[in-house]
Amino acid sequence: MFRAAVLSVLLVCAALPGRAQTADAPIQRLLQENAEAILKSSRKTIGPAIDALAASGLPAAQSVLDRWQSKQMWVDETSGLFVFAEEIDRDTLKIFDIADGSEIGDVADDGYRQLKPNSGIRAMIGAALVQFQLNDPNPRTRLRALNAIERDAEESHLAALRATIEREADPGLRARKERLERLLTIRFGESDAERIAAIESFSGDFGSDLRATLNPLLQTSIEAAETEPEGDEVKRLLKPGSEALPREAAYQILVDGGLAKPRISRGDKRNALIANIEDGAVAGIRVATLDSEDARDRAYAALAETGVVQPVATEAQVDETLDRFVFHERYVGAPAAVALAAQDALDAIEFRVGMMQSADLLLDAISLASIYFLAAIGLAITFGVMRVINMAHGEFIMMGAYTGYVVQQLIPSYTVSILVALPIAFAVTFAAGVAMERLVIRWLYHRPLETLLATFGISVALQQLAKNIFGTQARPLTAPDWLDGSLVFNDVVAISYIRIAIFVLAMIFLGLFLFVMNRTRLGLEVRAVTQNPRMAGSMGINPDRINMLTFGFGSGIAGIAGVAIGLYAKVTSEMGQDYIVQSFMTVVVGGVGNIFGALLGASLVGSLQKGIEWFNPSNTLAAQTYMILFIILFIQFRPRGIIALKGRAVET
Amino acid sequence: MADTAFAAPPRRPLVLRQPSILVFLACLALFTLAVTLLADGSGTGAISTSFVKTLGKTLCLCLVALAMDLVWGYCGILSLGHMAFFGIGGYAVGMWLMYARTRLIVVESLANAPLPPTPEEISDGIATQIFGVVGASEFPPVWIFAHSLTLQLLAVVLVPGLLALVFGWLAFRSRVTGVYLSILTQAMTLALSLYLFQNDSGLRGNNGLSGLQNLPGLGEVPQSAISLWFFWASAFALGLGYVLCAWVVSGKFGSVIRGIRDDEARVRFLGYSVEAFKLFVFTLTAIIAGIAGALYYPQAGIINPAEIAPIASIYLAVWVAIGGRGRLYGAVIGAALVSLLSTWFTGGQAPDLVLGPVRIQWVDWWTILLGLSFVGVTLFAPKGIGGLVDLVTERRSPSRHGADLGPDHGSLREREAQE
Repeated sequence: MFRAAVLSVLLVCAALPGRAQTADAPIQRLLQENAEAILKSSRKTIGPAIDALAASGLPAAQSVLDRWQSKQMWVDETSGLFVFAEEIDRDTLKIFDIADGSEIGDVADDGYRQLKPNSGIRAMIGAALVQFQLNDPNPRTRLRALNAIERDAEESHLAALRATIEREADPGLRARKERLERLLTIRFGESDAERIAAIESFSGDFGSDLRATLNPLLQTSIEAAETEPEGDEVKRLLKPGSEALPREAAYQILVDGGLAKPRISRGDKRNALIANIEDGAVAGIRVATLDSEDARDRAYAALAETGVVQPVATEAQVDETLDRFVFHERYVGAPAAVALAAQDALDAIEFRVGMMQSADLLLDAISLASIYFLAAIGLAITFGVMRVINMAHGEFIMMGAYTGYVVQQLIPSYTVSILVALPIAFAVTFAAGVAMERLVIRWLYHRPLETLLATFGISVALQQLAKNIFGTQARPLTAPDWLDGSLVFNDVVAISYIRIAIFVLAMIFLGLFLFVMNRTRLGLEVRAVTQNPRMAGSMGINPDRINMLTFGFGSGIAGIAGVAIGLYAKVTSEMGQDYIVQSFMTVVVGGVGNIFGALLGASLVGSLQKGIEWFNPSNTLAAQTYMILFIILFIQFRPRGIIALKGRAVET
Repeated sequence: MADTAFAAPPRRPLVLRQPSILVFLACLALFTLAVTLLADGSGTGAISTSFVKTLGKTLCLCLVALAMDLVWGYCGILSLGHMAFFGIGGYAVGMWLMYARTRLIVVESLANAPLPPTPEEISDGIATQIFGVVGASEFPPVWIFAHSLTLQLLAVVLVPGLLALVFGWLAFRSRVTGVYLSILTQAMTLALSLYLFQNDSGLRGNNGLSGLQNLPGLGEVPQSAISLWFFWASAFALGLGYVLCAWVVSGKFGSVIRGIRDDEARVRFLGYSVEAFKLFVFTLTAIIAGIAGALYYPQAGIINPAEIAPIASIYLAVWVAIGGRGRLYGAVIGAALVSLLSTWFTGGQAPDLVLGPVRIQWVDWWTILLGLSFVGVTLFAPKGIGGLVDLVTERRSPSRHGADLGPDHGSLREREAQE
């Protein structure tokens, strides 16, 4: 142990000579020239040193910058020479020559000091390194350099980038370099014509990097002038008191420019007056009379004359001053020609993004429409075909959703539980529907208003029952993993898989409905009973049975819709209420008695709601309000819905 | 009463045509007298102030139920929007109450300020007090008349009246009838309540208006006295409303609207302007509902958009149906009975029902019972509680069309019987 220690000490002593390095290599001399700035390591003063290194053209400059950035450059405190070093252990360094990177040997770290550039300096070094990296043989390094430029571009990068494009072999990188070169030209190009040409070269593009480049060019500032300004830089004239330039803001510009006396807020004026009350009066005016803003203005003016407070402009003076000035918005981000070109380009981009957003809105509307359709399709059977108003329809949806929740408690796998829940929800609500039809509705077939009331009673009871069983808090119905996430078309247009699934489900039910009604014995009998129950009866059809089955079928579909809706909305005892009015609207708007009417109605209601929401995205309540108002008006013009039944069927 | 004024020589006086008026007014007077004598404010204190308020509110509900009976039981329009008119009346009067009271508070707090307050300061102070909860400090345009009691009282009548007039004109003109009209009125109610739920609706969003039980300038008067005043006002309004409704349904006009209920097409072919009759009844009942609301909410103390939600209007239909529609006293009985029972059951005063191991808490189960009993009434007793009166008085409806299928006499029943 002792011998090993002695040996290592000896070894260190033998290697001691950091002096062996070449002190007169050009890179070392360059560093020595800038040694003061480098050692001071301050962001403010380091710039020239880094620039000198980058511009030196020395082959070692890149590795010096690189090592410096990664804190591997040390300085010999006695000789002042710079070396590269790696820490071998706590006390020992392995040092390298900075000129050629050759190993010098291991030394004790006493007498060496590590250069520790802070993050700001490291970023500056990184920017300087970019030009080396852009030519690096390793494509990864070149890609990193491009990313660095994109993040934090500087004027100097433009020339560096241009110089490397010709030599770029990788086609992907070359395309990126060219794009970046054009973006940098927009920002830093020397002549306006060059910049405008670069802007125009992007026509048809709507990338976010382009938008980020163009937006700063459009910066404007609002200025005031006594005469009408001229020139291309003037974007537009503004009137004080308009939305773009409130009166207060306009006057503040004048005050800031020293062109007008400051104003005073009501509160400040009040405080100033209070501070100067003497013997129940302010500047000789009795306090008791100061009960209007005019009186207070006069008192303040009197105070200002005595010199106690700053004189301020009264409202009348403000108006008069504002009248004397012309306010205008001026481009300050770029010369006018460039700004105008950027404006044109941005307008074109806005338009394209707008188109994309419309497409996204359309997808949203379709998915909302399919939810409404799913909620309304059961109603299209019970109300549309049988003409039974079932106010408890929403509660059947709720029942289906809770069935899904219960099944999910019993079966841990989400995929299996959903697949099991769908038929069970159908069975549960089918049974509930049949029971309701047998017990209540069949007694009321010819009293529609009373059906409405009776089913409302059931609806209230079912809601409270669900509340008693499941509590008031929302229960989760979790979608399986493969329904998570979204289908993304581009950065504007995307739709979640659950919504796609709901759309598919809605289409399946449309198909199922059409199949059952048009292609099966049951459908034939249902249509027969709806058209003329007595005639159907005399043909050997049992109308009671058919009514029962039809109602059960409609209710069962509501149950399945409940599972689907529960996947994307909360499952609560009140969830049915959220859909019942919209569902009725869907059926009524579309036209009673026609499944395609319900489809159209759902599309109309869904796209309308999304469309109104688009105008006022923060407020979905307002969207619903206006949608309902629109529907009320719509029914004025097409009282029987979009697809109206004709002939004798209307009369029933 | 009003009988002499309306009785033309060949016609019998109103009280004879509608004998229930006298009975009803007598009962109402007795009830009012009894409550007054027993109330905290004036007599023995056997009835607490809060219960006087509950009774006063119940009278207002009876009034709106009368309106509902007129429009549904007599004219056949199942409106699911009358509680919205009720709420609008409450909002109209609540705006003045809140404005005036906040103004008093603001003026009082500014009175001690070093400078006498300016009108702008007072107005700003009131606005900040009222709209601070929704993050605003300026008066929205709907509050433009809030300073004036007269104008706001006018709004109690005009706003529901105009809304009903416009909505009814649109709906009746395009021949929206039956369940479609019900759904449409429900949609209108939903739209209104959703609108009021927004914070920028100008009516304090879902906070609603509060502190309405304090009458401005009457801070000295105890609530026990104020509650009695409102009780009397409600009783008076109910009495007046009953006579008005009875008068409307008693004469030829009443026959026409009952005819519209039973077979609209037939009445139209007889040359009557069905739409005008319906519009009149719809608007009149909306105004009555608005007045009832204006009396109700100062007693309740708070109004918020949830009170306007469609469910409230459906409950109104439930009261009238349970009490017995097509007879005015039925509506009053239904509203009073069901709303008082609801208060009792949901207030937690009702003792739990113990059935072996099961313990039924009425707070949880009352709504279920109400819903099911409603189904039962619809199925088995379409005449409602009022039908019991028929048993007592042995009064039978003239049976012109075979078997009795409920109070909707006439062709509807005829059609039913055929089918």
